[in-house]
Amino acid sequence: MIATIEQPQQANSAGSGLIVASLEGVNKNYGSVRALRAVNFRVRAGEVVALLGPNGAGKTTAVKLLLGLMQPNAGRVQIFGADPTNPENRMRTGAMLQVGRVPETLRVREHIDLFSSYYKKPMSCAEILFTAGLEKLRDRKFGDLSGGQKQRVLFALAICGDPDLLFLDEPTVGLDVEARRMLWDEIRKMVERGKTVLLTTHYLQEADALADRVAVINQGEIIAEGTPSEIKAKTAGKRIRCITSLSLNTLRQISGVSEIKEDREAIELHVGEAEPVVRELLARDAKLSGLEITSAGLEEAFLALTQDTASGANHSN
Amino acid sequence: MSSTTMVLNQAQIQRSPRHTATIYLKEAKYEFLKNLRLRMYTASVLSFPIMFYVLFGLVLNAKEAINGTHVPTYLIATYGTFGVMGASLFGTAAGLASDRGLGWLQVKRASPMPPFAYFAAKVITSMIFSAVIVVALFTLGIALGGVRMPAVEFATLLGTLVAGSLPFSAMGLALGYFTGPNSAPATINLIYLPMSFCSGLWVPFMFLPKVVRQIALVLPPYHLSQLALGIVGAGRHESASTHWEVLLAFTMICLGVARIGFQRDQGKMYG
Repeated sequence: MIATIEQPQQANSAGSGLIVASLEGVNKNYGSVRALRAVNFRVRAGEVVALLGPNGAGKTTAVKLLLGLMQPNAGRVQIFGADPTNPENRMRTGAMLQVGRVPETLRVREHIDLFSSYYKKPMSCAEILFTAGLEKLRDRKFGDLSGGQKQRVLFALAICGDPDLLFLDEPTVGLDVEARRMLWDEIRKMVERGKTVLLTTHYLQEADALADRVAVINQGEIIAEGTPSEIKAKTAGKRIRCITSLSLNTLRQISGVSEIKEDREAIELHVGEAEPVVRELLARDAKLSGLEITSAGLEEAFLALTQDTASGANHSN
Repeated sequence: MSSTTMVLNQAQIQRSPRHTATIYLKEAKYEFLKNLRLRMYTASVLSFPIMFYVLFGLVLNAKEAINGTHVPTYLIATYGTFGVMGASLFGTAAGLASDRGLGWLQVKRASPMPPFAYFAAKVITSMIFSAVIVVALFTLGIALGGVRMPAVEFATLLGTLVAGSLPFSAMGLALGYFTGPNSAPATINLIYLPMSFCSGLWVPFMFLPKVVRQIALVLPPYHLSQLALGIVGAGRHESASTHWEVLLAFTMICLGVARIGFQRDQGKMYG
């Protein structure tokens, strides 16, 4: 950790640490579009926080504000108790942003060599290559890498200053499952080194796999916050599919049913707990057939959570 | 704490001069390598002036003279100017527009990179490529065109042309701030090619139509080429200091425009 004059502090265990990054009552507009509305959000030393939300929810805006790449229209943004544009702060933070084009003719080790030179106490090149899983790719040109490998290089550039606070903006977007899992492993290596991490993602699964705490953001507002299991509990549920002669009205009267959908000849019920509802269904319709009970998919449940607050149509993937 | 914070906000990162020098050096080294390996850059920027020189200076008119100056020598000054201009415009504007438009500059700005190192690297790289072009023209001229020149004259010509990279690098920075990643190369060509023609870089100045010759007087490549021609004894005998003054004024104007772009970007990000 690089000591600073204004605020000597130590990384603490998750949750109890000092606040290292905060948005307080932050509004950010792009013209008439309100990207963030009265957002309050804090990251404490040592924790891994996921900012979870669909595309266009305001996740990237929050990260750019915290990096001092933008200024809020209202509210206060702080990093290590100071303004995020403070150049000394940049020595202690690392950022993996979404980039359209990275210079493609430079080799992996050359990119790392250059970025490492900016910092006072960078990690060694070997250590960076190991942590980012790039040892075998060190002499490859950036343009010759696969999508997952490119993301790992951007991750390497984010960690090369051995930062206390790491921002990862949609680190695995567009990657296949295997590449995503590999990057998760690299991120976990940094977490094991005691880093504070703020990660944005639109995959609930990713937040679940990496974060101690999740804040769900939609249309510029934080709509839920808690541990991954708390968030999942809010969104969890079962899906019952069956073919029945019961009318939709009758089905609606069964307690515990939150949503009914007709799907070809069958109907689909969204319920909290499956057993009481199934008992009721069978009691009312002896000829009921084709019964299937599945857990509501995480992504689907998350979508339900964000759509609860959506006033307009806000489709996302 | 807040007062300390305020002070730190204005402050630069404290680094040893050696560390700062290392950053500038690496930034320039990798900018150079990046462009050197970029076929689109080297192919257009290096090969065009050299190809033109070989064709019009060595193959076609090697025995001729323009106003008493041996053609292969004359054309080193004009195609040298042409090459310097291309290397500098493409070296700064195209890269800056793409880095700005496609997010790479944000990654760099989020790091503790000294912002000035980024621009310096582009300018230095442009100067190096400018020098490479002029030396290549020279080598060809000496080997195949019978160009003979005292070492001092050669050094002055090289120095002048490489210094002449600065106004065009400044112009490139300004363009890079006001063009998009896709439109930058086309915009550069739209300025670069007509300007070269009107300044007498392709067709010797005295053969240009009168209207074009009038226009040339306000074009920076005209002034750079006249300085270069003056060194080989083929200039129009105008005052060299006027040429330098025009180039200096042009550089300052372009830097001013680039600064507006820089602040506009910061404004978008900081406002």
